[in-house]
Amino acid sequence: MTLIHYYRCLIGIIWREALRFVHQRERFFSALVRPLIWLLVFAAGFRSVLGVSIIPPYETYVTYEVYIVPGLIGMIQLFNGMQSSLSMVYDREMGSMRTLLVSPLPRWYLLVCKLLAGTAVSVLQVYAFLVIAYFFDIEPPLYGYVTVLPALIVSGLMLGALGMLLSSWIKQLENFAGVMNFVIFPMFFASSALYPLWKMQESSEILFYICTYNPFTAAVEIIRFALYGDVNWPYLGYAVVATVVFMALAIYGYDPSRGLIARKAGAMA
Amino acid sequence: MTSPGVPALEVAGLVHEFGSKRALDNVAFAIDPGEFTVLLGLNGAGKTTLYSLITRLYNNRSGSIKILGFDVRKQSSEALARIGVVFQQPTLDLDLTVSQNLHYHAALHGISRREAQARINTELARINLTERANDKVRALSGGQRRRIELARALLHRPKLLLLDEPTVGLDIGSRQAIIAHVRKLCREENLAVLWATHLIDEVDETDKVIVLHLGRVLAIGRATDVVRQASAGHIREAFTTLIEKAAKPS
Repeated sequence: MTLIHYYRCLIGIIWREALRFVHQRERFFSALVRPLIWLLVFAAGFRSVLGVSIIPPYETYVTYEVYIVPGLIGMIQLFNGMQSSLSMVYDREMGSMRTLLVSPLPRWYLLVCKLLAGTAVSVLQVYAFLVIAYFFDIEPPLYGYVTVLPALIVSGLMLGALGMLLSSWIKQLENFAGVMNFVIFPMFFASSALYPLWKMQESSEILFYICTYNPFTAAVEIIRFALYGDVNWPYLGYAVVATVVFMALAIYGYDPSRGLIARKAGAMA
Repeated sequence: MTSPGVPALEVAGLVHEFGSKRALDNVAFAIDPGEFTVLLGLNGAGKTTLYSLITRLYNNRSGSIKILGFDVRKQSSEALARIGVVFQQPTLDLDLTVSQNLHYHAALHGISRREAQARINTELARINLTERANDKVRALSGGQRRRIELARALLHRPKLLLLDEPTVGLDIGSRQAIIAHVRKLCREENLAVLWATHLIDEVDETDKVIVLHLGRVLAIGRATDVVRQASAGHIREAFTTLIEKAAKPS
C-alpha cells in the first residue's frame, strides 16, 4: 500500500459520507432548524432577561443573539458528531461497518478518514447556518467567515472524535437514547454556549469549574474568538489535546483484540 | 502473485474463547489455490467466528491464520488485501446506487477511479447486472443484492474468497446461479473459495469438505472420502453420523 492508496481511501470515505448526507435531506434540514429555533425564538425571548457585559473577543456590547451564535455552531457540530456516531453504531449492527473494517489499510487510518469525513460535513452545515443567520442580523466581520474555518475544523474533529469514542463503547443502537440525555444536553448546558462563564460563577463555583473544563466550552470559545479573527490559545490547546485523547481511546475501542470488538463478540456468543 | 506450494489459506491450532465458552477448539486446515472448500456446520458451529478471525474482525490469541503465507495478525494489510468476503449479513448501503457501493469498496482498496470503473463494468457484466448499475440497491431483489456483493468481493482481485452462508434466504434459482458462478471462478481463475453453509445439498462430491461442529473440526477431506470414512451412503448421512458420534460421551 502506497501513499496514493491512502489518499484514494480518504477520498472514497469522504465521498460516501457526502452522498449519504445528500440522501438524508431531513438530517440536513434538522441540523439547520434546530439552531435557528434557538436563535430566533429562544434568544429573542431571553434578550431582555440576560444582559451580556463586554467580554473578549467582543469590543462592545453585543445582543444575546450574537452571543449565542458560537454556541449554536458548536451545537451543530456536537449533533453532527453524535449523528456520525449513531450511524457508526447503525452500520455496525447492519453489517456495513464490516466492509470498512476488513479493508487492508490500518484500522486507525480508516477511523481517522471517517472522522475527517464527518468533520467536512459538519463544516458545510455550519456555513449553511451562518448564511441564513446573516439575514437575521448576525453579521460577524467578513474576514470572520474565513478565520472561523480552522476553529471549525478543530472543534469538528474534537466533537467527531468524541462521537466515535462513544460509538466504540455503545453496544447497541437502543442505548443511543442515553447518549442524548447524558452527553449532548449536559455538555451543551454546562458550557459557555448560552451564558458567559462569569454568570455561572455567580450562581455556583462547582458548576463554574465543570463548565470551564467542559470540552464543549473549548469548542464554543475557539469558534467565538475565531469568528472575530482572534485566537483563544488556552482553549485551542485544550481542544487539540482532547481530540487526540478521544481519538486514541476510539482507536483503542475499535482494536480487534481489545475494546468493543472483543466485548461485542462476547455478547454475541 | 501466488507462490507455488503456498496454501491460499492456512489455519493452525486456532482456539478462540468468549469468556468461558470455547467457540473454536484447535481448528486446523489448509485450502489450496483453485480449491472449492465447503465449511459445513449447523448454526452455532463456529463458522462465523472463524470468518471473523480470518478477516481480523476479531483477533486470534492462539494459533495462526495465514493468507498466502501472510499472517493475519502480523501482516494484516497484506493478508486482507488478498481476501474477498461476502458476509452472512447484507452489507451494501441501500440508499446508494450499485455503482456507488462498488466505487466505495474500490476506494477502500486504493484502486483508482478509472481502474475501478473498468473492473465494475467487467464484474457487473459477468453477473448480468450491467443495466442496474445506476439503480439504488434498495430497488434490487435479494438474489441481485447477493450477486452485487459477490461482484464487490472480487473487485480488488482477491486470491481467497470467503462466503458466509451466502445463499440463505434466496430462492432456488438465485442459489444455483450464485453457486455456479463461484465454482466457475474457482476453475477459471484459480480462486480459492471457503463456502460456509448448513445446506448440505450445496456440497458437490468433488468438493473438499470441512465438517465443523461446536467449534471442532470433525472431518476434513474430499466429500467422497468423508462419506467413506463415516461408512455412510452420501454426505447428508455422513454429516448426521459425525454429529451424533460427537454428541456421544467418549
